[in-house]
Amino acid sequence: MASEPGFLPRDGLDRLIEALRRDGREVIGPRVRDGAIVYAPIAAAADLPAGVRDAQSPGAYALHAVSPDERLFAWANGPQALKPLVFVPHELLWSSRNDGADGPQFTAAEPAARPTAVIGVRACDLAALALQDRHFLREPYPDPAYRARRDALFLVAVHCTHQADTCFCASTGDGPEAESGFDLALHEIDDGFIVAAGSDAGAAVLAGLDLAAADQARMDEARAGVEAAAAAQSRSLPSRDLRPTLLERLESPQWDAVAERCLSCGNCTAVCPTCFCNAEVNEATIDGRENGHYRQWDSCFTSGHSYLHGIVIRSETRARYRQWLTHKLAHWHDQYGRSGCVGCGRCISWCPVGIDLTAEVAALAGEGTA
Amino acid sequence: MTLHELPATAEIIERMDDSSSIFTLRLRFVDPARQTAFRSSPGQFNMLSMHGVGEVPISISSDPEDIHFIGHTVRAVGRVTHALATLRPGDRVGLRGPYGRGWPLQEAEGGDVVLVTGGLGCAPVVSVIDYVMRRRERFGRLVIIQGVKHAEDLIWRQRYEAWAHAPDTQVWLAADVGGPHWAWDVGPVTVLLDHAEFDHAQAHALMCGPEPMMKAVAERLLDDGMPTERLWLSMERNMHCAVGHCGHCQLGPLFVCRDGPVFPYPVLAPWLRHRSL
Ligand SMILES: Cc1cc2nc3c(=O)[nH]c(=O)nc-3n(C[C@H](O)[C@H](O)[C@H](O)COP(=O)(O)OP(=O)(O)OC[C@H]3O[C@@H](n4cnc5c(N)ncnc54)[C@H](O)[C@@H]3O)c2cc1C
Ligand code: SF4
Ligand code: SF4
Ligand code: FES
Repeated sequence: MASEPGFLPRDGLDRLIEALRRDGREVIGPRVRDGAIVYAPIAAAADLPAGVRDAQSPGAYALHAVSPDERLFAWANGPQALKPLVFVPHELLWSSRNDGADGPQFTAAEPAARPTAVIGVRACDLAALALQDRHFLREPYPDPAYRARRDALFLVAVHCTHQADTCFCASTGDGPEAESGFDLALHEIDDGFIVAAGSDAGAAVLAGLDLAAADQARMDEARAGVEAAAAAQSRSLPSRDLRPTLLERLESPQWDAVAERCLSCGNCTAVCPTCFCNAEVNEATIDGRENGHYRQWDSCFTSGHSYLHGIVIRSETRARYRQWLTHKLAHWHDQYGRSGCVGCGRCISWCPVGIDLTAEVAALAGEGTA
Repeated sequence: MTLHELPATAEIIERMDDSSSIFTLRLRFVDPARQTAFRSSPGQFNMLSMHGVGEVPISISSDPEDIHFIGHTVRAVGRVTHALATLRPGDRVGLRGPYGRGWPLQEAEGGDVVLVTGGLGCAPVVSVIDYVMRRRERFGRLVIIQGVKHAEDLIWRQRYEAWAHAPDTQVWLAADVGGPHWAWDVGPVTVLLDHAEFDHAQAHALMCGPEPMMKAVAERLLDDGMPTERLWLSMERNMHCAVGHCGHCQLGPLFVCRDGPVFPYPVLAPWLRHRSL
């Protein structure tokens, strides 16, 4: 895997995309769609959001163009992470067919995945993917469909140089620099990209590009870029292990205060790259012979989530917000050995009423008001 | 796919009606190899699925050493359980399992076993009663305590009577609301703990039923000097996947489907203190 970081001039990016397409990979990258940056198939570097910037704040996300800036990755994350590529929003787990006397016959869905390369993955999203791996690939029931899609991913990270006002990955230890979990990583600098490999597959692609080694001046420019992004983050969590803080405050009046604003809409869970809750639902054909057993995204903010023959355990928003926050920041430590928050800030930007989990934690911890 | 994630077809061999809304199904996998390979321990559960309707978690109520069939006692409360209630011998359903961790029967050997149940909480512990009865010499006294809301909710009256006559076995029953043919206590299940005779230091208490009832019983037993790690509770939560993936059954840091449904009291105590967790 040992290979020197190479320098890819700005106009050479199509060569990288071509190289990724080899072996039949579909290439996915950031694109502007419906006023947001999303991950979608790209054909060439021209599809990337050149000169696009974002403005994010609690409850707000907007894009604007700044010409003649040509940087392609000068924005912070949009609503999606890698989650929909591996833990898909709706998928068949198994189906059953019932023709009568033999009773239902069950067939497992065949896990299939197309080799996919993703360009422009941020450090926080790589950290979130590692968490989803721990959840869905945990023994003794690793999920075969997740496994197949995960193994088919080739990840090209981009070290973050343009944090949003909602980002706080520096305090969770997950960014802005991508440290592991990628095949290739790019530093975007003024005249191009410094490309480094993080896996054997990445090293093979890098070798094929036949790049000149990145010189010291460019390396320094790259380093300064991520350091500035880290320094510019204004939000933070006070500790990486909030377990004791939160569990001492399970009856805090602060939960009532947040419940007055929270709509229980579940947006925060839909955009969170680590949330894994799902529901299993059946969809039968009209004649009742075929039945599909599907898994779809679910949220701990719905009443069905904690339903028990006639009662809803978490019937109030207070209890649902508490469940979400304490699971994410406290119980994830018990379940997966670290916090479930990677500091991407999505739940803050995409909450319709602008609830900010860092402010809620600060208020709970008695360090300020939310 | 592992054996556990895909249901297999099972046939209803026998059906018993225990009350107007509670029935017991004896099931057998259609594939004999699957039936032979099936092993469970008391307190574990299966996911039963009705084609096109849905899947629900149901405890295994048969003796785990009976290799010929798998027993489930079900109360018809909603969509899937009402569909299960229509099943007759010869009908077929989907079954996957067993899941979860059951009762600590190895640990309980050598001492008294106290079973405290409420409502249909009795279903998951019937297999414990069978288990202990079949290995009577390995256990001390067997104390069966059951509470119901109304006198007419009591199912398996004959079984309780038969158990009461077994050696070294006590049966104590209470109804919150008694009735004309109710010869037992009236009041909460905790009153029965006044009558029960067992060695608190050597016993294991296994509880199953509504959370407030289990909490009250556990606190009472602790006051009576039972060591906290000898109290065991079977928990209920919404379940979809049964393998720790869907997130529905979480209670604090616990996945009830995978880490439970049976837990030692000290593991649960911090979470039982709080409402709506
Ligand atoms: C570990 C465990 C063991 C159980 N053992 C038994 C038993 O031996 N006998 C028995 O009668 N009941 C048992 N239950 C309760 C039983 O699972 C519910 O009564 C049943 O799921 C209700 O489904 P329904 O569709 O008929 O009701 P509805 O009220 O229509 O429920 C709708 C849906 O809720 C979902 N659901 C999932 N888990 C539960 C749950 N625990 N309670 C309620 N809804 C749930 C299901 O998808 C269900 O289809 C057990 C529950 C658990 C968790
Ligand atoms: S909790 Fe919010 S900031 Fe943390 S990972 Fe989820 S969406 Fe991102
Ligand atoms: S915190 Fe915001 S996004 Fe999350 S459920 Fe409440 S209102 Fe919706
Ligand atoms: S039932 Fe899905 S996590 Fe427990």
